Amino acid sequence: MREVIEGRVWTLPDDVDTDQIISGKYLTVIDPNELKKHVFEIALPEFAANAHPGDIVVAGVNMGSGSSREHAPQALKAIGVGAIVADSFARIFFRNAINVGIPTVEAPGVRKIFEKGDTARIEMRGGRVQNLRTGDSVSFPPLPAHLLELLEAGGLVEKVKRELHAGATVSPR
Amino acid sequence: MSAQGPNAIRADGGQTLAEKILARAGGLDHVVPGQIVEGRVDLAMMHEQGAQTVAPFHEMGAPRVWDPDRVVIAIDHWVPASTEGAAVLHRILRQFAKEQGLTHFYDVGNHGICHQILAEHGWVVPGDLAVGTDSHTNMLGAVGAVAAGIGPTEMAAVLSLGRLWLRVPPTLHVRVRGSFGKGVYAKDLILRILGEVKTTGATYKAIEFSGPTISALTMSERFTICNMTTEMGAKCGMIAPDATTYAFLEKIAKHPMHPVSPDKDAHYERIIDIDIDGMEPMVACPYSPDNVRPLMDLVPKHVKVDQVFLGSCTNARIDDLREGARILKGHKVAPGVRFIVSPASTSIYKQALDEGLIETFTEAGGVFTNSSCSACFGGNMGILAPGEVCASSSNRNFPGRMGAKDAEIYLLSPAATVAAAIRGELADPREFL
Ligand code: SF4
Repeated sequence: MREVIEGRVWTLPDDVDTDQIISGKYLTVIDPNELKKHVFEIALPEFAANAHPGDIVVAGVNMGSGSSREHAPQALKAIGVGAIVADSFARIFFRNAINVGIPTVEAPGVRKIFEKGDTARIEMRGGRVQNLRTGDSVSFPPLPAHLLELLEAGGLVEKVKRELHAGATVSPR
Repeated sequence: MSAQGPNAIRADGGQTLAEKILARAGGLDHVVPGQIVEGRVDLAMMHEQGAQTVAPFHEMGAPRVWDPDRVVIAIDHWVPASTEGAAVLHRILRQFAKEQGLTHFYDVGNHGICHQILAEHGWVVPGDLAVGTDSHTNMLGAVGAVAAGIGPTEMAAVLSLGRLWLRVPPTLHVRVRGSFGKGVYAKDLILRILGEVKTTGATYKAIEFSGPTISALTMSERFTICNMTTEMGAKCGMIAPDATTYAFLEKIAKHPMHPVSPDKDAHYERIIDIDIDGMEPMVACPYSPDNVRPLMDLVPKHVKVDQVFLGSCTNARIDDLREGARILKGHKVAPGVRFIVSPASTSIYKQALDEGLIETFTEAGGVFTNSSCSACFGGNMGILAPGEVCASSSNRNFPGRMGAKDAEIYLLSPAATVAAAIRGELADPREFL
């Protein structure tokens, strides 16, 4: 995880649920490179073909509500999305996105300071998102230490791998 | 397992049900909202999405699953496999189960919707921390547990270590009094609550239900209530265990209970009081489950339906099918309407067969399918074409949920879905009772 993340912005409205990110018909697809062709097919149809690695997704409230499907953040990870920022997230989507290693930030008020194509600058520890075109910014409470650690490791797989390597054991019942 | 009163896990200040359960899971006496807890998991459930758990599990490098006896696999979205992709997911899970000695595998022939399988086999008991790879795992909170949905990578960490981090949620307390009128059900109640709390009103929170109306609910109805806390964004929805819970679990509980009850002086973030006396049948209109109105607002508008679905983890238990069949008896499905009934599990299927319900549904022109998620999620069967309208007893009506993105889904009680099947448009179930 980089301390400061910059990228071109794609905007999404409020309440983009997981059906609009990856619809039910693709749920048997588990290859992220195939999934990425269909990401946001309902919410933002031009995204999949035109998004570049490093682009930043800026959404409104309740981003990623609905199912527990990790296909949604997996597909965004495969595209190489630099970060996901939203006014607020649905809880499973938030966990999934962090777990697959995408810097994911809840910054209330962020959606209204961006238009499609703007450049965003996110200071992960400083807790600030800025629109480099307009200069507008919003601040946010930085992620708790254990989540920053998880992102620094590159996601949950790496983190658990390191823990097991360091001798982590199963909690006794 | 004998019925017993709430077991006192002593805490210093007043704690909610969720706080007490998470304190125990974290090996702590007391927790407060916002605190991060490493919770020991009592039960882990995977359905097809669990196939995506296998690769990260191996990559993490744990030699074996932490406790094979606490892992349940229940395939349900595509059963039997309806596409090659689904067949591959099933095979990945079967191979993983074999390799890891996971014997609690509800495979084709013994299958059902994952949450229903957990419920009817007693896999989740009071005081448990249960996690599943499906967002409606919340349903199991009806037994007085914290039950939450997680993604497959997170499940890989749970299978490796038997624990996961959780932020202790603040609790929203919903207290319900009053009695259900004719043609009004637990589904109408949870829709009404959704209309008030909205889809974001409980994000990251726990919801605790109580009050005389809740105490009088059957377990099936309690499952319906807790199931749709997912639609409010909640981490978990729960009902403190009582005599109904213990009677339900008496013969089926798979492991020891650690029942807890909320303290009288527990701190709730918000309290919502609801009186259901005089409450009407409700409906959630497209395209959000919180777009809730009294059904009678729509009936005069003659909202025509192309398909009716009586199914899903929310409402496809035997009482739901019985009520549907009772209403349908002596009527026919309206011409041009496809009426799909899908029981929530194989055992419910058999019960429906024994009780003659399948005959009632099929004689009337409905199609009674094998148990599965069926038309609920738009990826297997009963898919809607552009512009079509469906009356459904399921839990979600987002754009594209059951197929075409502009297809419209109205969420209703099982009784109201059957009324729509008979009339061919949204109709008042009370006319048939
Ligand atoms: S019935 Fe519907 S909501 Fe329930 S687990 Fe299946 S797809 Fe999900």
